[in-house]
Amino acid sequence: MTVQLRTPAFTPGARILAFGDYQPARIVTNDDLAKIVDTDDAWIRSRVGIAERRIAGDDEGIVELGVHAGGKALAASGLAPRDIDLVILATCSAESPMPSHAPAVAHRLGIKAPGAFDVNAACAGFCYALATAGSAVQTGMARNVLVIGSEKMSQWIDWTDRSTCIIFADGAGAAVVTGSDAPGIGPVVWGSAGDGFDKIIIDDRHSSIRQEGQAVFRWATTAIAPVALEACERAGVAPQDLAAVVPHQANLRIIEAIARRMKAVNAVIADDVVHSGNTSAASIPLALSHMIERGDVPSGAPALLVGFGAGLSYAAQVIQIP
Amino acid sequence: MAVATEQQILDGIAEIIDDIVGVDKSEVTPEKNFIDDLDIDSLSMVEIAVSAQDQFGVEIPDDELRNLKTVQDVINFVQKLQS
Repeated sequence: MTVQLRTPAFTPGARILAFGDYQPARIVTNDDLAKIVDTDDAWIRSRVGIAERRIAGDDEGIVELGVHAGGKALAASGLAPRDIDLVILATCSAESPMPSHAPAVAHRLGIKAPGAFDVNAACAGFCYALATAGSAVQTGMARNVLVIGSEKMSQWIDWTDRSTCIIFADGAGAAVVTGSDAPGIGPVVWGSAGDGFDKIIIDDRHSSIRQEGQAVFRWATTAIAPVALEACERAGVAPQDLAAVVPHQANLRIIEAIARRMKAVNAVIADDVVHSGNTSAASIPLALSHMIERGDVPSGAPALLVGFGAGLSYAAQVIQIP
Repeated sequence: MAVATEQQILDGIAEIIDDIVGVDKSEVTPEKNFIDDLDIDSLSMVEIAVSAQDQFGVEIPDDELRNLKTVQDVINFVQKLQS
């Protein structure tokens, strides 16, 4: 006997209700790093544009960071924990690969029995998770989704390697996604370049992050702007109409190169890396949340998000600022 | 793409360097060393190589980039690949 299976009702669009962010209290300055590796403030600022970063203590792991950011986004959204039925957490720096961290974060936030899983697309993780959340809402798989990027890069850093320990940092950012008639999350443009899988890598459980800086820099400064421009094209937003461009906060020089190539002349370009360092999947929601808190971008305005990093993976979409 | 003369390549490189690192075009002469004379670091060299690729239609891979120490080295490299 064949049966006709029911499918859920579709929702025309998805939008972001609110962002939230969290950073550990401890600030590590360039001068602090100069005491442990051969480097100095001027060198770090000129190469990567970072002045200081936040590093979590032993008592703050992926779950703890994610709970803080997720709780703030949830509170700002006006929804109650019971309204959330899916939690997606993007991370590539968890202390352990099993279990995934989304269930524990949901539990700590009082969200009962949601669908919950982690996503690893490294520094593109938040954009991947946001696209997945938007689709889940539109296809009826979920009503409201809590999307979190949570990273504790410091636990995978070799603190004697001056090429990486100056870059990476800890933090979390989150967004609440819901259904809407008018779309507030544009089509995602995502992809990967697996031939570069070893360009940014943690080789095994005893290793630290290593990257081929020059090759990654070349890839990021050439391949990513076209992805961002395609996301604008697919959303029907001209680059000059963007109010904000929020690239993954990898390195200020990469951010500036992407912005230059995009010609988003009226946009505020996120430069959160200066005070937050590179927090991988957390960097985009962290930067956006800070921009919204400061009033840099008006509600309803279009912002371009583009994540890129290890994999190599990348993803971009235009969103409306909540 | 038409093969550029040595002067045209020099002018093109000078313009790119001015654009990317803000060194005045007149400072960019063939004998100048990128690191020692023009204070250009390895990441800026990548940006310059990428722009040169757009302008002259020749690819300068990272492995080759390491060997290009002076402006003249770049001129020679571009001329060799264009011919």
